[in-house]
Amino acid sequence: MAKVLIIAEHDGRSLSPATAKTVQGAHGLAADVIDVVVFGDALDAIAQDAAKLAGVTCVRVVEDASLAPALASRLAPEVVALSEGYTHILAPSTTFGRDLLPRVAGLLGCNQVSDVMEVVDARTFKRPIYAGNAIVTVRVPDAISPVLATVRTASFAAAAASGSAKVEAASAQAQDPGHTEYVGAEGSSGEGPDLSSATVVVSGGRAMGSSENFELIGSLAKKLGAAVGASRAAVDAGYVPNELQVGQTGKIIAPDLYIAVGISGAIQHLTGIKDAGTIVAINKDPDAPIFEVADLGLVGDLFELLPELESAL
Amino acid sequence: MKILVTLKRVVDYNVRVRVKNDGSGVETDGVKMSINPFDEIALEEAIRIKERGEADEIVVVSIGPDASQQQLRTGLAMGADRAILLETDQWVQPLTAAQALLNVVEAETPDLVLMGKQAIDDDCSQTGQMLSALWGRPQATFASKIVFNDRRAEVTREVDAGLETIAVELPAVMTVDLRLNEPRFVKLPEIMKAKKKPLDSKPLAELGLSADQDFEMVAFEPPPQRGGGKTVESVAELVDELKTRGLL
Repeated sequence: MAKVLIIAEHDGRSLSPATAKTVQGAHGLAADVIDVVVFGDALDAIAQDAAKLAGVTCVRVVEDASLAPALASRLAPEVVALSEGYTHILAPSTTFGRDLLPRVAGLLGCNQVSDVMEVVDARTFKRPIYAGNAIVTVRVPDAISPVLATVRTASFAAAAASGSAKVEAASAQAQDPGHTEYVGAEGSSGEGPDLSSATVVVSGGRAMGSSENFELIGSLAKKLGAAVGASRAAVDAGYVPNELQVGQTGKIIAPDLYIAVGISGAIQHLTGIKDAGTIVAINKDPDAPIFEVADLGLVGDLFELLPELESAL
Repeated sequence: MKILVTLKRVVDYNVRVRVKNDGSGVETDGVKMSINPFDEIALEEAIRIKERGEADEIVVVSIGPDASQQQLRTGLAMGADRAILLETDQWVQPLTAAQALLNVVEAETPDLVLMGKQAIDDDCSQTGQMLSALWGRPQATFASKIVFNDRRAEVTREVDAGLETIAVELPAVMTVDLRLNEPRFVKLPEIMKAKKKPLDSKPLAELGLSADQDFEMVAFEPPPQRGGGKTVESVAELVDELKTRGLL
């Protein structure tokens, strides 16, 4: 008799697609109840979006000026206050969920399953370890309740927007600990689709050589309506900001089409794209490991091939 | 300011880990072990804070097998002042690690705990957040910039949407991301000097922590392999293939 609480992620304007994927993950728990809790201020539109997600029973809306923007130390005690009666508490395995849910686990005195990629049953999950070099099946013993887990969003499709759950207001119950303050945020350039949820992604690696040359990736991406990504090497070399990093320590993504340009294919990068539909690799080294996972490989000089590809589209 | 830095002994970043044939775990025999790279960045940051005159002592702590002394010695050679090992041969899960660290925090009363944002073996990314919850103190995860102003720190965090800055009161727990700094290389004379720095080791079991919240690791398996691909000879052929597959 699973009763699930999902912590919604949003940016104050709209519900994050990661939430719909977490709901989809919860479907594997054979739950009787799937509630979604939304914390923040002025949440009407976000709550309505959450209410449409297939399988959701109830959206619990906790509005309070002190809950926006989201801070883990403020939200965690609120989650604990709402946790009574739930067998599972889930959050997306994004920087939001990875920041918040372990703090909830600490307050509840329990462990958490990180990055669930497959739900075997209500207490058994598969998750990647060692940068995806191994998959471990983890079982949460019956004595432990609730089960806390973050859901690897690349492993699940978004739940359909076909439902009509009820929406209930709840009030904030915990005190603001007062030791943490939000200062500000600096978004990415904001051009093109979001990397985490884009259906097409074009990524560049160290072989791009400079941030000026990286424009070739941006230009191709624009033509394809794709998001831009990068390997860790390209980020470390300073060609692009870190939020474009794809891989173990960056974003884990699952686009329909992934085009890797000048990326050798270190395991840490591959772990970020292994759920991609079709992987295309363009690289001058025919022995690069990226070709072992690529569905379509093209060997050659990227500085010749990229402009050619762009004009062929 | 006193800083506590965690150093986990993990399989080296460059090793391609293999699952044992019987699925009971991963092969770690004879494999190169190192400091978790994110913890190394945490220690580098602590050393830079001390070099700026904003900290006076750095204590490194590890939880793991006796051989973790190697990683602690490396940490001492980098610039930590002393080391603590909570020795165990068990695979320690995040809650137990956080409880053990809380024990150290209560004894050492640091102003700041710096940790890697995740260990590259279990990839859990939980222990720092759990420790700050147990300690009742602020957390600043995925830090890429840390600036102190008296008893307050402004931390820039690497989040999915870009960068976010929060301010926390000390004492606090911070977990660090890749771009915070680039750790220094250790020179031989420092390795020799580090042998004289204090390293206290005691069994983790002495803390009397219960493992009743531990999860059961049922089986290990290699990741599913993607099927072999196809090599195309030209951009035109690539475009044709993508069109055939309905991707363009």
